[in-house]
Amino acid sequence: MASDTSRLGFYLLLAPILLWLVILIILPHIGLFIVSISEKIGPREYETGFDNYAAFFGEPLYWRTFARTAIMSILATVLTLILGFPIAYYIAKLTRGRTKTTLFLMCMIPFWVSELVRTFGWMILLRETGVISNALQYLGLVDGPVEMLYNDAAIMMGLVYTSILFMVVPLVTTLDSLDDSLIEAGYDLGGTSTSIMREIVIPHAMPGIVSGCIVVFMLSLGNYLTPILLGGKDSLWFTGMIYTQFITRFNWELGSAFGFLLLALSSLVVFAGLKLSRQSLIETMGRT
Amino acid sequence: MSVPHPDLVCSDLTKDFDAFRAVDHVSFEVPQGSFFSILGPSGCGKTTLLRMIAGFQSPTSGDLRIKGKSMIGVPPNKRPVSMVFQHLALFPTMNIGDNVGFGLRQRGVAKSEIKTRVAEVLERVGLPGVSARRIDQISGGQKQRVAIARCMVLEPDVLLLDEPLGALDLKLREHMKVELKSLQAAFNTTFVYITHDQSEALMMSDNIAVMNNGQFEQIGTPHDVYHAPSSAFVAGFVGDANKINAKVSAVNGAVLTLISDRGSEMKIDAPANGLSVGQSAQVFLRPEAIELGGADDGVNVSRGEVDSVLFNGANSSVTVKDQTGDFLKVALPQTGRFANLRKGDSVFTRWDPKQARCYPAPGA
Repeated sequence: MASDTSRLGFYLLLAPILLWLVILIILPHIGLFIVSISEKIGPREYETGFDNYAAFFGEPLYWRTFARTAIMSILATVLTLILGFPIAYYIAKLTRGRTKTTLFLMCMIPFWVSELVRTFGWMILLRETGVISNALQYLGLVDGPVEMLYNDAAIMMGLVYTSILFMVVPLVTTLDSLDDSLIEAGYDLGGTSTSIMREIVIPHAMPGIVSGCIVVFMLSLGNYLTPILLGGKDSLWFTGMIYTQFITRFNWELGSAFGFLLLALSSLVVFAGLKLSRQSLIETMGRT
Repeated sequence: MSVPHPDLVCSDLTKDFDAFRAVDHVSFEVPQGSFFSILGPSGCGKTTLLRMIAGFQSPTSGDLRIKGKSMIGVPPNKRPVSMVFQHLALFPTMNIGDNVGFGLRQRGVAKSEIKTRVAEVLERVGLPGVSARRIDQISGGQKQRVAIARCMVLEPDVLLLDEPLGALDLKLREHMKVELKSLQAAFNTTFVYITHDQSEALMMSDNIAVMNNGQFEQIGTPHDVYHAPSSAFVAGFVGDANKINAKVSAVNGAVLTLISDRGSEMKIDAPANGLSVGQSAQVFLRPEAIELGGADDGVNVSRGEVDSVLFNGANSSVTVKDQTGDFLKVALPQTGRFANLRKGDSVFTRWDPKQARCYPAPGA
């Protein structure tokens, strides 16, 4: 009897997550997949086939945008790691008590504002008539207004800015758990700052690095707002292309195929990243 | 090189943290190949002293020489000392071989040589063939030995040990004491060991420094520190002792007559104690220096009543309350004679006037 009630309790507790997974994730994906393999041959006439996927590989604009999105996302992830690691190391290892909390909070504060507002903030700074352009003109460093928006560098900066918190948080957590005496032992045994970083700190922080990278990569790959606002009409970001298929061209079939390709891509890159860093997904996600 | 330098010389070493003086004008020498312990209660400054020797903290003033070379301003990774940390600080991301080889890799030793030297040193600490194992696959005592091997493979002039036995259970700790001493003898390296555990210090050391409030109270052999403590602190901290507050009532050469605060009289043979009539003093008397007997003759004999029997195997003791109400802790000889001693029994206590130590009371 008792085991029956406890089993019922277990299923009741499990129900919300199961419902969430099935209704919001699995069912839509099945639907999306079915749509992606239907070919429109006439008004309200469909046939099953992989024509939509063929269209993707047949049109250079599509797969080039796809590749460009992947490469720029990887680059954004690497840049975020390079920028985020020293910040996290400083917060976790070189500060104590109140300073630590304050710094951590300062990293967090910009994220209390919506991403849209933050991105518009960058536009105010970077546009032709914006703050930086005006400042440069006032100082006499440039002759005319400078347009700093609508290029790849602006997109990259925006991506790094929006996702750096998701790198810093797991890194601070893992670096915090690194015992200071290990670093001291490294110095005591004759290690230099570089070798201690390479042999002790980074191997210890690896789960944090990998989980931060996975999150940042997925956020960048799936980002829509930042590339469109900072990169302009020609930003050529794959999520923009999916949007165009669904909304502008009303071609749900091709849009669904694109969506699936993006899912495959992110899974593939994350898998490759885990293999390269010799980490397992469970260990990485379980640690943070 | 006519006169070999001692391995480690500290002269007037002082360390201030803001207004707090953690280490106060400490001077000592450790000769080559000896086992030197710094014994003191927590917060006495012994860890700060050790960290200054290792180079993690720089002294406010004073000099620190290793093999005759001053170490002031030399960073920890350039000093010929290695340290075994309190929690060992083995690198969990590396296997045992990589842990032990870490220091050699930093020196740019060839890979094949690292391998042979690591195997060699692991064999010397009694752990052959464990190179490929992970840190969490070996026991506490083995980790201890790996931590020592990791330092010894670098052949340091001085090995510093920061209470490395603290985390072990009692049986293993007893075992490691013997083992550490024999490892030290085998490597013939100078060990500087800090601990708050007097039995570790007494058992392993050639010399002990007893530290309190940032200063060395006494430096001496374990025997000296135990039997001839130079201050009231040392007498109270090292070993067990009955502490009796008393006043000097008569001085006759080296023999003092004292009256305890409760009124019992005692005689102490303590040459050069600097005490005069009427001065307050503290008397320290070891529980094992007191004899239990049946007759009322001689000096320092008093009749008392057993207040409690504290059974602790070979270290059993009784508390005896004398007629004035003073309590004395007496070690119970395990010869069977006193096996039937019970609370309330009447006994005589007796001790030799030469066995007690007497110091002026602090603030007197």
